[in-house]
Amino acid sequence: MEWYLPLIWAGVIGTAVALYVILDGFDLGLGLLFPFTRSESERDQIVRTIAPFWDGNETWLVLGGGGLFVAFPWAYAVIMPAFYIPVITMLLALVFRGVAFEFRHIAKSSKKYWNFAFWAGSLVATLSQGFVLGGLIQGVKVENRAFAGGAFDWATPFALVCALGLTAGYGLLGATWLMMKAEGPVAERARGQAKVMLAAVMILMGIVSLWTPLAFERIAERWFSTPNIFLLWPVPVAAVLLAWATWHWLDAGRDVLPFFASVGLFFLGYFGLVISSFPYLVPPSLTVWDTAAHPSSQIFMLVGTLIMLPIILTYTAYSYWLFRGKVPEGQGYH
Amino acid sequence: MELDPVMLARLQFAFTISFHIIFPSFTIGLSAYIATLEVLWSATGRDHFKRIARFWTKIFAVSFAMGVVSGIVLSYQFGTNWSRFSVVTGNVIGPLIGYEVLTAFFLEATFLGILLFGGDRVPRWLHVTSAILVAIGTATSAFWILSANSWMQTPAGHEIRDGIAYPVDWWKIVFNPSFPYRFAHMLNAAYLTTAFCVLAVGARYLLGNRHEEEGRTMIRMAVGLLAILAPLQLFIGDQHGLNTLKYQPIKIAAMEAHWDGSEPGDFNIIAWPDEKEERNRFAISIPRGASLILTHKLDGLFPGLKSVPPQDRPPVWSVFYAFRVMVGIGLLMIAAGLFGVWLWWRGRLFTTRWYLKAASWGWWIGFVAVLSGWLVTESGRQPWVAYGILRTADATSPVLAINIAQTLALFVLVYGVVFGAGIYYINRLIEHGPVGAAVEDPEPGAGPPIGAAEAAGREAL
Repeated sequence: MEWYLPLIWAGVIGTAVALYVILDGFDLGLGLLFPFTRSESERDQIVRTIAPFWDGNETWLVLGGGGLFVAFPWAYAVIMPAFYIPVITMLLALVFRGVAFEFRHIAKSSKKYWNFAFWAGSLVATLSQGFVLGGLIQGVKVENRAFAGGAFDWATPFALVCALGLTAGYGLLGATWLMMKAEGPVAERARGQAKVMLAAVMILMGIVSLWTPLAFERIAERWFSTPNIFLLWPVPVAAVLLAWATWHWLDAGRDVLPFFASVGLFFLGYFGLVISSFPYLVPPSLTVWDTAAHPSSQIFMLVGTLIMLPIILTYTAYSYWLFRGKVPEGQGYH
Repeated sequence: MELDPVMLARLQFAFTISFHIIFPSFTIGLSAYIATLEVLWSATGRDHFKRIARFWTKIFAVSFAMGVVSGIVLSYQFGTNWSRFSVVTGNVIGPLIGYEVLTAFFLEATFLGILLFGGDRVPRWLHVTSAILVAIGTATSAFWILSANSWMQTPAGHEIRDGIAYPVDWWKIVFNPSFPYRFAHMLNAAYLTTAFCVLAVGARYLLGNRHEEEGRTMIRMAVGLLAILAPLQLFIGDQHGLNTLKYQPIKIAAMEAHWDGSEPGDFNIIAWPDEKEERNRFAISIPRGASLILTHKLDGLFPGLKSVPPQDRPPVWSVFYAFRVMVGIGLLMIAAGLFGVWLWWRGRLFTTRWYLKAASWGWWIGFVAVLSGWLVTESGRQPWVAYGILRTADATSPVLAINIAQTLALFVLVYGVVFGAGIYYINRLIEHGPVGAAVEDPEPGAGPPIGAAEAAGREAL
């Protein structure tokens, strides 16, 4: 029990984080694309495509952070102080972005400021998340199961590349979401944006994929030792094939497939990072077992999760189904 | 100057959590009010109930967004600012917060989306159900977070090994000794806070001779609720106080500025507690009043501050005065509720202008009472963060004081801007009133519904 419970929980939190990255990813991606709009009515149309969902999407971030606290308090207690500055920056950026949703509806003369807040909040939150991601991959200095590094350990060129990669990825999700959920010029422009973003994602993902095994021996060992290499080679190959297919679908004028293909790319990238780091929750020293909460706590919470998660997923899916269809041009006001 | 990281971490958390609690205090009550209105509209078919419900739903959306974003901050600050706390209490507190996310947050967020945007896409019963589910979600959220907080005040159902708390009995953890009282007290406080806001808006409309039908309904509903809940709050508060006396007697001693436990306690209406001299200066008090309230006997004894060494005492000043502010507002609320009902009975509720004027200015008193109450209970728990288990000074993260100071400054700046804008926009929505696009359903066949507050906002400006 003490062996497999932390594994189950790693799976639950991994799922919550993946869902967050996908769901808030396209939300944040829309914010990133905000400066490329031509008019207020285009911006209203864009926001309309996510207005009923953004709140629920962001809740996965609470489940990811809260879940880490619940299931792996030791990891939570190391990661949060280690990434103090990017985490707090992200939270403040999300404050701006979140209220901008509501405020820009009501504001008139000050609407341009909330448009700016929506864009800047999305960008800063995305970059912060990328720096945390990069910082985790490169490892955190730990002594006596507590954070023992400096306040800016996360600020490295490698983490910057990760941050840019995540930004391109969210941009890709946002652009393909618009192709699926909007009509008119917004959707047409998104097709071109998706191509740019897709190219950027593949370049940056490629750099990270080469950089990590070169710089970190444990990651090289994980991927290139036998028999691992024979089992793992399909992961990068699948990513390249999927990227190629996405490009093709973008060219072929498909509206829905590129979004789901982008989600697939995210999953493959995510899966690659899990392969690189597992079983470490705080590389290179603390594993899921080192940081787990007491089994009684994990079980108590797992019961609730197994009951509630299907219910949550059901009504979330219902909400997406209810608000299915494309948002027409100029459908900001009526 | 040497910066104290513990003090800065406390300041930062006090700031972010005080800012946050303002919104739940309002949205817990408001969601219940909206659900009530939707049900009334369904049952009676009278359209003004619908107009009022839709009007408050717009305001709810803005407040809820501010509550959500400021709440996410807190779920991360346990780690960024209080990582030792997370480790020591994580096994116990963690699941309670986890359950809050699973049972409340997703429910609120998703059904608020349907409530706001689903007007022309879902049948009426589902719209009403969504309103009820949002109200249930906000109350459920309060249930779990107050359970977690109460456990920090009156821990139970756990054991300590190597300085870390481990769960033993979940039932005892969730329903720890102070939880039922705190939950009832806070939930009722949230309903009272909202009632004063609704009353203020209704009074504002009547004084301005506009939206009179809606204004009268708001006033009647608010005054009726106040007349019942405000006296009830006095009773719940009294029971909560007795519970605190049993489990956290030093907090009570600080609330009453009672120093010497070998003598019966006076009720100090006002005083200058001198922590160095361990006595009160300039006290105006009711002799033995505190003994009467707390022990129900004139010569009853209860522990004084001097029964523990100074390093184990909470700060007396803030606890003492915050308690007086809270109780003072509570008594004012009872007076406002009972007097309102009396006016109603005499048929003068809508014509007594001074009462309406006072009510229209008094929207904020619930918020001050809630903040004071939390100041009492959180400051009164000091020097402990988890009572008897972990001291606040031992709970912090290995983060430099300068970084905490910088982020604190950022929080103050960002929250100042956001809060200022939020109040401004809510005031705009209120000024516009329950008319026009703010409360109408989209025309059938008009395509997907429009953004919640946008049309209303467009008209308002």
